[in-house]
Formats: sequence, structure tokens, C-alpha cells
Amino acid sequence: MERMTALPPAFEDWFATRGWRIHPHQREMLTRSGAPALMLIAPTGGGKTLAGFLPSLAELADGAHEGLHTLYVSPLKALATDIRRNLTIPVEEMGLPIRIEDRTGDTRQTAKKRQRADPPHILLTTPESLALMISYEDAPRIFAGLKRIVVDEIHALAEGKRGDQLMLTLGRLERLAPGLRRVGLSATVDDPAALAAQLAKHPEPCEIIEADPGPDPDISMLHTQAPPPWAGAGGGYAVREVLDQVKRHKTTLIFHNTRAQAEIFFHKLWLANDDDLPIGIHHGSLSREVRANVEAAMVAGDLRAIVCTGSLDLGIDWGDVDLVIQIGAPKNVKRLVQRIGRANHRYNAPSKALLVPANRFEVVECMAALEAARAHELDGTPKGPGPLDVLCQHIMITACAGPFDEDALFSEVRGVGAYAGISRAQFDDCLDFVATGGYALRAYDKWKRLLKRPDGLWQLRDPRSSLRIRMNIGTIQDADMLKVRMRGRGGRSLGEVEEGFAASLTPGDTFLIGGQVVRYESLREMTVEVSPRPDRVPRIATYAGAKMPTSARLAERILDDLQRPDWPELPRHTRDWLHLQREVSKMPERGRILVETFAHDDRHHACFHTFAGRNAQQTLGLLLTRRMEVLGLHPLGFVATDYATLIWGLDELSDPAPLFEADELRDGLEGWLTSNAVMKRSFRGVASIAGLIEKNLPQMRKTGRQATFSSDILYDTLAKYDPDHLILRVTREQAMRGLVDFARVEEMLERTKGRVDLVRATRPTPLAAAMLLERDRVPVAGAGRERLAEQEAARLLTESGLAAFGAPTVAGV
Amino acid sequence: MNGLDIPFRGETLCALGSGALHWPARDLLIVSDLHLGKSERIARRQGAMLPPYETRATLERLAADLDATGAGSVLCLGDSFDDLDAAAGLCAQDRARLVSLIEARGWHWVEGNHDPGPAGLPGEHHAELKIGPLTFRHIAAPGARGELSGHYHPKLGLQGRGTTPCLLFDTDRMILPAYGAYTGGMPATAPELRALIGSPAFAVLTGTKPLLVPYPARGGAGRGRKRF
Repeated sequence: MERMTALPPAFEDWFATRGWRIHPHQREMLTRSGAPALMLIAPTGGGKTLAGFLPSLAELADGAHEGLHTLYVSPLKALATDIRRNLTIPVEEMGLPIRIEDRTGDTRQTAKKRQRADPPHILLTTPESLALMISYEDAPRIFAGLKRIVVDEIHALAEGKRGDQLMLTLGRLERLAPGLRRVGLSATVDDPAALAAQLAKHPEPCEIIEADPGPDPDISMLHTQAPPPWAGAGGGYAVREVLDQVKRHKTTLIFHNTRAQAEIFFHKLWLANDDDLPIGIHHGSLSREVRANVEAAMVAGDLRAIVCTGSLDLGIDWGDVDLVIQIGAPKNVKRLVQRIGRANHRYNAPSKALLVPANRFEVVECMAALEAARAHELDGTPKGPGPLDVLCQHIMITACAGPFDEDALFSEVRGVGAYAGISRAQFDDCLDFVATGGYALRAYDKWKRLLKRPDGLWQLRDPRSSLRIRMNIGTIQDADMLKVRMRGRGGRSLGEVEEGFAASLTPGDTFLIGGQVVRYESLREMTVEVSPRPDRVPRIATYAGAKMPTSARLAERILDDLQRPDWPELPRHTRDWLHLQREVSKMPERGRILVETFAHDDRHHACFHTFAGRNAQQTLGLLLTRRMEVLGLHPLGFVATDYATLIWGLDELSDPAPLFEADELRDGLEGWLTSNAVMKRSFRGVASIAGLIEKNLPQMRKTGRQATFSSDILYDTLAKYDPDHLILRVTREQAMRGLVDFARVEEMLERTKGRVDLVRATRPTPLAAAMLLERDRVPVAGAGRERLAEQEAARLLTESGLAAFGAPTVAGV
Repeated sequence: MNGLDIPFRGETLCALGSGALHWPARDLLIVSDLHLGKSERIARRQGAMLPPYETRATLERLAADLDATGAGSVLCLGDSFDDLDAAAGLCAQDRARLVSLIEARGWHWVEGNHDPGPAGLPGEHHAELKIGPLTFRHIAAPGARGELSGHYHPKLGLQGRGTTPCLLFDTDRMILPAYGAYTGGMPATAPELRALIGSPAFAVLTGTKPLLVPYPARGGAGRGRKRF
């Protein structure tokens, strides 16, 4: 049924009194509001969100609808809150009888209870909160009258598992509210049709509206007095110049690629801020209170700049931002373009942005990214099929809501774009895993999670388990985080740090959080207690947050740029560096592998310039060191960047070409994958999402530390005794695509076809020298390291003066 | 297999890389904190269904140590089962394997806080046990001398080698690492362990080869040079 929604006169009047004109794409959203699935692609500042809501407001204007009408889903809690504020204004000014509320992890329990009993007309929420809602027994009643669901920033959600979970949830909602219309709002993307196919119910079509993209942005590289350092990612060298830019603009957003970098940069900025400009910091690990304060100050126009991470990538309305600064190479042109859109939040005005390369090589990458952005060349990676761990969780959520029929659930799942191709066998595997654990050893017959009833429906064996399932809903895999608060009664909550970081602290250590230096006092009931310590130099809090690898398109552009005879647009220091590289060694090429070897600091080094992106370079490091170990070269460790891998060891590599035989590398991958840290990390995520590991338990008992053990042990045990288990298969598949990124290794082998150039240098070459300063070094376990560990143990014994005591001896048994 | 001979109270005890301790003079293999049946207990009590293979993994390791040492008797130093019902919950295969290990040799069960009474398997049950100059009990008693215990699951990291379970000993006592597959650990430098360990003291790190290191001095824990 094609339905058309006209704009009620009250709306026309309201627009007119404000002197606003409705954008063509907003009008079009109204015209086509009857479509079962509709996607709007518009640049930031294009009034996307209002365009998404106009049909709902128009349909609700007469006050006839009872109960929930529209669900709005955004990737960020803050966005849900912000939109509620912005939407309430026109609704109140026009006197519309519409109730609007938000519901996120931050909403109070009493409000959540009330919302279930008496839902508002428009509910703003996140994928996780929505997944929790469909797990309630009363979900059919809550969602019965639902007409529309608006998914905001769908381009961001669709990239990961949160999007997959949301689409599965949509499949369920469709059943509870037949005829539900789906609307997606997206920033500029490389493949609108692929995104639209994820939103629509498979195999139905999705209409796409593309708004006028507006004028091209004004982007350039920031020029600094001091050259960028050889390695590193913080951009601290540019603090003065960044501060100058902040002074010259009204409001500046300063983006960083990781939370830790944002913290360090903010600290440095603060130390250099002689004029006391009001500057704030915002990232996902800060406490709700801290973030809310910064957001409020920003909306009120009280801040001149805000240091932030991806947590501000998405459309919160910050008012008058007139400059975006990106610290560190953007790694991905699509994300750069979307970020830049944050500046000049007015339609049809060009956005202004500055790139600050964090190191010498990033100068080259920034140059390439600028060219790509100007050429409108967006880089996207096609998304794989829907992940099965998310499906397992969805089955548990479905079971929480009440008994279900497996055939009905299967057809519901097949109606989700990402899962359209799933086979019955795959689905049955997931169901069996959720019900019994899915082990070859059928050990849990007595303690099954799901039981099949005589009437053929599945239900939870123990209804109380729904509590634990609900506590573990979601697909966001942050490392385990511990809350940080000020010591003393009612101490202020500051944010959170990784558990591993907290474990490395001893009382008296200092670290940065929310831009302030604090002193670690104690760990009490899983909370890190600190005291203020402004005078001390901080150790740095480490946050998870995978670094995104440089995209394949961008890497190729960099390789092409390196072949140019000269780079007049680059600053002198970087030009000289590149010319020197060409003089003493070679420039890396798209179709060849450049290997440089040299001795340095008592170790033999080999640097492989293969430009496959950080994850693939990391994988290459693991595969190459494995082969070097077999060849008796005693590799000790390696470090990988987006562009190269540097390996060091006790012996010299004299013939690198055989290392790159594709079959050998692939065989190496098979053997290596199982016993690998990357797999263990992926396993942890997959196992938590699928419900093999439960991170949150009701009334977590305060047991001794020895009661908990690492998921690595589970991985090792499962790999040894049940290697074909579903969770291992899913882990492997996801690792290959994500952290292992073997596709990029294959792609590199394909483009270089075994053409290897060896340069034996007498000292580190200009490109390799920068690698020597990189952190994140990965040790390689092997004969070389075992030898060094024995030496280290002997040294400790001697140094402690205990070597002579008791003299335990090594004996053969 | 490599072992590390440790002179202790006039006896020689050999620490194996697996975390077991061999006392050749008494033909005895000592292991602690096996936590057999842990996954079944977790499924029964909490609902999570962990890979149910930890008992098999632990028993395979134990069988390999018995083969290598040829020890004629075994002493389990408490928390051999994750709780008293866990022994009954073992699958038939695991149970048969355990019984065959027990029946082939002398077997002593010292009780622990997880398994405070007999678990319904062959072998002798003891609250604690004295053999020659050595006393075996699950939880270390402050001030005891010549005592071997378990309970704490000590672990220790060495720069560039990661953190592994370890045996701790000084002149008066030994604290064994947890031998079971699904066991976590407590840092060897935790206050509970510091309170028990005197000076001088050592740790033997488990691994392919047992590695002897000094017990970290207060304050200087693990802050070595960083270089790989």
C-alpha cells in the first residue's frame, strides 16, 4: 500500500515563523513515507534526523494513535538523549499531543518499568536496549501498535555486529507489528544499495533517497614549525599550532584515533593553554557525568574546543563547529569525509578541516588521503554474511521472551538481509549450541539451557536463567573495564580503565583520565580508587579500541605517490627523508616486495615493506617469524605498522624470497592459527557474544582471585578436544576477516607475485629507522627466546645474591 | 622430561614443568588443586556450559607425569574436586580413567575447602598428612615448618615470558601451583602470599622447562628492563 503523508498546516507555519524552508529530501521523505523500507543518504547537517521524524510527527499530530508509534535507534546513548531534546522543542512549540522519551543503559529502572507499562509515542533507544526489550515476556503488548522504526547513523551501525543484532531484532519486531515501516538515515557511503539491502526485509526492495551532497570540503594539512616525529601516533608535537587554530576559530573539534591518544593530547594541550581557553575532552571511557557535563557545556557554547574520539563521530548537534582537526592519519577516506562533515553544521556551507599527521610516514598518508577525498574516492570493504555468534545470542533472547517454534524462527532469520544465505544446518548448529553447549562430548544432558517441549516448542529449562541472559545482551566487546572513582565516601566517578592496566598499577602510580592526573590508591570491590595528583607526571592509561588499518585503496595510492620523482607539496623534512630513502635504498613499489636488512643494537633486522595494513602486517610478522624459526634464524620479535613489518633476531636473513611462497605461507597459517594470540582474542569476543562465557553474573560473588581463569584456557582446551566446535569455527572465520586480515596478505602476494628485492644496508634505512621507534613490539616464542629467558633467570638469581643459596640443580627425571 | 631438584628439610623434591612435585625417596608424586569436575559444577550451579573437557585434560597430564616419573603413589593436596558432588558428576569415561589411575598405585586424598570430605572414590582420605619430616595440608598454617600446601594457585610473570602458575618455597614451606586445567591464579606477590613466604625464597615457574627465579622482593615486582 503506497501511503503519502502531507505536512499538516501547523508544521508549515512553524517552519515559516522560524524562517526555515523544508529541504527537498525532507519533503521527499514525507512523500514516500508509506514505503516498507526507505533509506535517506545525506551529508552531515542536512537535517537527516528531522527528515526521519517528520512523517511520524505528521501521523501523530491528530492525537488518535494509542501507544508506541515510532522507535528511533541510534548507535550512541548521547545521541538518543540529544535527539529527544531537539525533537521536544518543535513538538512543544506546535502544541502536538506527542509523548517522546528515551531509553538507554543510563535510564533509571523506575522509568524503564513505567515505559513498559505505558510506552510513549516515540521511543529513542540503542540496539542493545531494544534487544533487551524484545526479550521481555510482554514484548508483544509493548510493540503491538508500532508503525515505524528509524535507524539513525545506519552506516556506522551496519559496519559491525551491532548492526547485525539490530537487524535480527527488526525481524522479530516485524512479527510483533506486521506492516512495520523501516527507515534508515545514513551519511555518505560508498555503496548505498548494499546498505539498503541490509535494512529491508529480505528479499523486498528498499527505496533510496540521496540528498544533495553540498559543496566540497576545504581540507588541508596543518603546517608545523617542528617536523613530526619518526614514529608514534599522538601528534603531541603540534600542540602549539593546534592551539593557534583553536584561537582563530569559534569552535574546534579535535579528533583522535584512540582514547589513550586523546587523553595524552588533551593533557599536553592543557599544559600549553596559557590563555585558559575553555577546552573539554570526550570519549567512550569517561563516566556518564563527565560526558554529560562536556556535552552540556558544548551545547551552551561554553567550549572553544573539544578533544574527542569516534564517540563524537556521529551526529550530535554541537552547534557552531567551524573547524575539524584530525590528529593522526585518517586510515580510511570514508571515515575522514564523514568526520569532516562535523564542521559547519549548516547545509550548503563547505566544511573546514585540517589533518595533523602524527609521524613522518603519516605525512605521506595524509597527502594521499587528501587527494582521495578531493577525488570523491571512498573506500569500502564488502561486508561478510551475518555472524553466527550474534545469531546464538538472538536465539537466547528469543527464548527469554517465551517458548518459540524453530521453523518460525528460522524463516524470521532468513528474512534478515545479512542472514538471508544461512543454511538450515548452520541454524540448527546455533540452536544446538544454545540448547546443549554443542559439544561432541554430550556432558550437559542434565543441565541443558533449552528444552524441547512435547508440543515442539523450545523453552528455557530454568526460567531464572533469563536474568543472566539479559545481563549479557549486546555485542560490544570492550576489554574488561574497571570503574575509576575518587577516594572517599561518595567519591566522584571519573570513567573506566582496562582491567589489565589496573592490574599493572601499584599504589602511588599516576595516570591520566578525563584529562586529569590521578594517583592510584587501591582497588576496592572492582573499582579503582584514586586521589587527585595534578603535580605528577602521569603514566598512561591504556584503552582498548582496535586501531583501524589503512584501507587497501589508500595504501595503493600511497605506493603510487611514492613513485613520483618529487613531492613539492610535502614539507621539506618529509621530502628530504623520502629522497634519502631513494638514494640509500629503494622506494617500495606496488608490484614488488622490498626487504631491507641491517644490523642494529646487537640484533639482525629485516624490514618488509608490503603495505598491507596493520592487521595483515601483524599476521605477516607472525607467519614470517614462524618460517624464520624453522630456518634456524632465531627470530626474537617483530613490530608492524600499516606499511611494513620489522623483524629482529639472533641470525641474519640472507635469502628472503622463499619466505613469500604463497603455498608455504598458507600452510603456515593453518598450523599457526590455532595456537595464536589473535585467535584467542577473537575467541573471547565470539564466546561472550554467543553466551559460552558470561561476563556479567547476578550478585557477582567476591571470591578470591584464583577463582577466575582466563578464556585462553577454554580456547586451548576446546581446540584440543573439540576442534570442530561451532564457536571455534566462528572464531576462525571472524579472525581471518578481522584481526588476521589474511585477505590483505593474499592481495599483497597477488600484486607482487614473488618479486622480492633485497637491500642489504649497513645501517637502518630512512624508512626502517622509523620502524625501530614503534611501540607495540610482539615477542616471538621460540628457541631464541627460551635461551634469553634462561639468561634472564640466571641474571635475577645472581643479582639477588641467591645464586649460591641452596643451589637447586636441574636434573633429568 | 626435565625437573628441578630442590633440597628441602633434608629431603630432595623435584619440581616438574607441569606443576607436579616428585619425591623420589618416597616414590610419591604430589599435585594440588586439580578441581576435577569444574565445568559440570558451573553448569549445575550457574548455568554456563563451558567446554566439558577439563577433567580429561588434567588426568591426561597427570598420567603423563606418572609415566615419566614412574611414581608408585600419588598425593593430592586438596581441592581435588570442585565440590563434593562434582566427583559423582564425572562422565563415565573420565571416572573410569581416574579409577584406573588410582587402582594402579597408592593414593592419598588430602581434603581442601572445595572437597572437605571423601568424594566416594578409592584411595585414603586425610584431613592432613605427615610423611617423614614433611606435613601436607591444603591451606598453609602460619608458622608451620616443613609444610607443603596448595590453595592459593600462585602465579608469576617473567619479562618476555608471560605469567604462569608457579611453585613458591622458602626454607620452611612450599606452596604448590594449581594443577587443574580450569584454574586461575593469584599473583605470587599478593599480600596473602607475602604474609606466608619468608626470605630467602624462590619461585619455580611452570612451562616446558621449570624455571627457577628468586621470589620478587617487595616493591621491586616485575619492573625489569623492557626489551624483546
